[in-house]
Amino acid sequence: MPEPIIAVEGLFKSYGAVEAVRGLSFSVQEGEVFGLLGPNGAGKTTTVEILEGMRTPDRGTARVCGLDPEKAGSEFKQKIGAVLQSTSLPDKLRVKEALDLFANFYTSRADTESLLKRFQLEEKRDAFYSQLSGGQKQRLALAMALVNNPQVVFLDEPTAGLDPQVRREIYDIIEELRKDKKTVLITTHYIEEAERLCDRVAIVDYGRIIKTGSPRELKHSSAGTTRIEVRLARPLTNGVLSTLEGVADCRDFEGTYILHSTLPPRTIVALVKQLEAENNELQSLEMFSPSLEDVFIELTGRRLRD
Amino acid sequence: MASNPITNTWTLTKIRVRLAMRNRTFLFFSLIMPLGFLFFFVLVFSKGSTGWIAYILGAVLTLTVMGSFWGLSVQLVMFREAGILRRFRLAPLGAGPMLASSIVANYLLVVPSVIIEILACKWALHMPGWGNLWAVFLLITVGSAAFSAFGLIVASVTNTMQETQVINQLIWTGFLFLSGASVPLAIFPHWIQRAALFMPATYLANGLEAATTNASTPTEVLTDFVALTLGLLVAFEISRRLFRWEPEAKFPNSAKLWALAALVPFVVFGIYENVAGNRLERIQHNFRSLSNREAPPPPSDVH
Repeated sequence: MPEPIIAVEGLFKSYGAVEAVRGLSFSVQEGEVFGLLGPNGAGKTTTVEILEGMRTPDRGTARVCGLDPEKAGSEFKQKIGAVLQSTSLPDKLRVKEALDLFANFYTSRADTESLLKRFQLEEKRDAFYSQLSGGQKQRLALAMALVNNPQVVFLDEPTAGLDPQVRREIYDIIEELRKDKKTVLITTHYIEEAERLCDRVAIVDYGRIIKTGSPRELKHSSAGTTRIEVRLARPLTNGVLSTLEGVADCRDFEGTYILHSTLPPRTIVALVKQLEAENNELQSLEMFSPSLEDVFIELTGRRLRD
Repeated sequence: MASNPITNTWTLTKIRVRLAMRNRTFLFFSLIMPLGFLFFFVLVFSKGSTGWIAYILGAVLTLTVMGSFWGLSVQLVMFREAGILRRFRLAPLGAGPMLASSIVANYLLVVPSVIIEILACKWALHMPGWGNLWAVFLLITVGSAAFSAFGLIVASVTNTMQETQVINQLIWTGFLFLSGASVPLAIFPHWIQRAALFMPATYLANGLEAATTNASTPTEVLTDFVALTLGLLVAFEISRRLFRWEPEAKFPNSAKLWALAALVPFVVFGIYENVAGNRLERIQHNFRSLSNREAPPPPSDVH
């Protein structure tokens, strides 16, 4: 197996008493789209910012393109591109100026006209940054991450806060990066994003990786269960649902019962009988094939948005 | 291949000048207000005599150059608070080019104002003579750079824009009233005049006054030039060391004492001028000469 382009080993980082990253280890191969999937506060951004050379780890090692991000300086920065989770540009900077400005800092430069076209920003080339919509700002951020033809691209929550249509546009762009054989490290708390875009995903919680694999592998590891989400007229006695036929796991999330079943039809029949016996009523019932969300729930007992 | 710091500084300088030109508030404070001061001072102090114009020009040039203290240095605090600097941090760009671009861009924005002020004095207010333009040029150049660098130190040690504004205002008030830029130093009590010799602004104001009023040559304003140059070098290095890209990277109060090191050259020059120099005598002599006659004193009179 070739040397990984990103290698992280036993990474630790604390902010005062808060341990943001607790012994994280993973590696990414060249040309791979790798996702860090986890809820807010899981340590994803801290990890990425260590890999970008913006934060110093307390312990552990991180190498990107064979270099130490913290110490390699300019040589390292020439090789990476990034979309930060929280950043901005001067209000009165024009779109084309921003691309040209950042391209000028690098020895390898992409054609900024092509980037404008590729990211559908041609019409906005002379617009001030302050005049752009959220989606346009994010497209500009992605274009800026590519001005130096980077070997590795870091995308920290690239679609957070964007509406679904803009999010899908960003997905298309990231899929293009995959076609271009760019190595991409993406952090997200959107299941859809991880499933659609990533070759491999690491599920992160409380600063630790709890499982790594391709989305397909992870879903199969979820015991092949179907998720059944049920809302009832009245709460049920604790533990009753987990005794129903085929139920592998049952949790209560603010009045919605989430059952993971290996035998969905039998579980539903058993559920209806149980409700009749208790003189209770079904308000809603939805079924989902296994997703990364289920894997996350199984592993952590929490939903990603918690 | 590493990126070139000089090219990066120039790239940043060009964009920062462009951004400043798009900011009406900045244009007002850097161009309109100094001209307003010029005409106001002429109206109040010249009493119809053209002899005072060169003296007033020196004061207004000082105010214009000292404006670099606010200018683009303060903008860096705003950039840091808004998370703009962290985007630049990802690029192969050190603190040096970012700070140096503040200084160079400030200078490029100050020069047009200075030229307009000199031409306004000469052609609209009938200033006799031009003063020594070489000395003016040198002092404007090093003065603008030095005051930008002082601003960069404040920008580096303050944690918020609000804090920057308060500290800048306090320092600016001292610069404004105790340097001779807005009120002639010669009319203050002697102990204030002695204290003013420890202030960077005094060297700029005094040097420019000598260059415009007495046409003092670069050699004659060498002390002022050297004091400001040393101040610039020390201040730039301190600001480079204290520079922060991240909004959450706060400074402990004790670290802010580092900023005081920028005053070391002026403490040295202040002690020298108080003990062995004759700067105060020259300031008083120049002011008396102007008060006693219409025309400014001849170039050989002082300095």
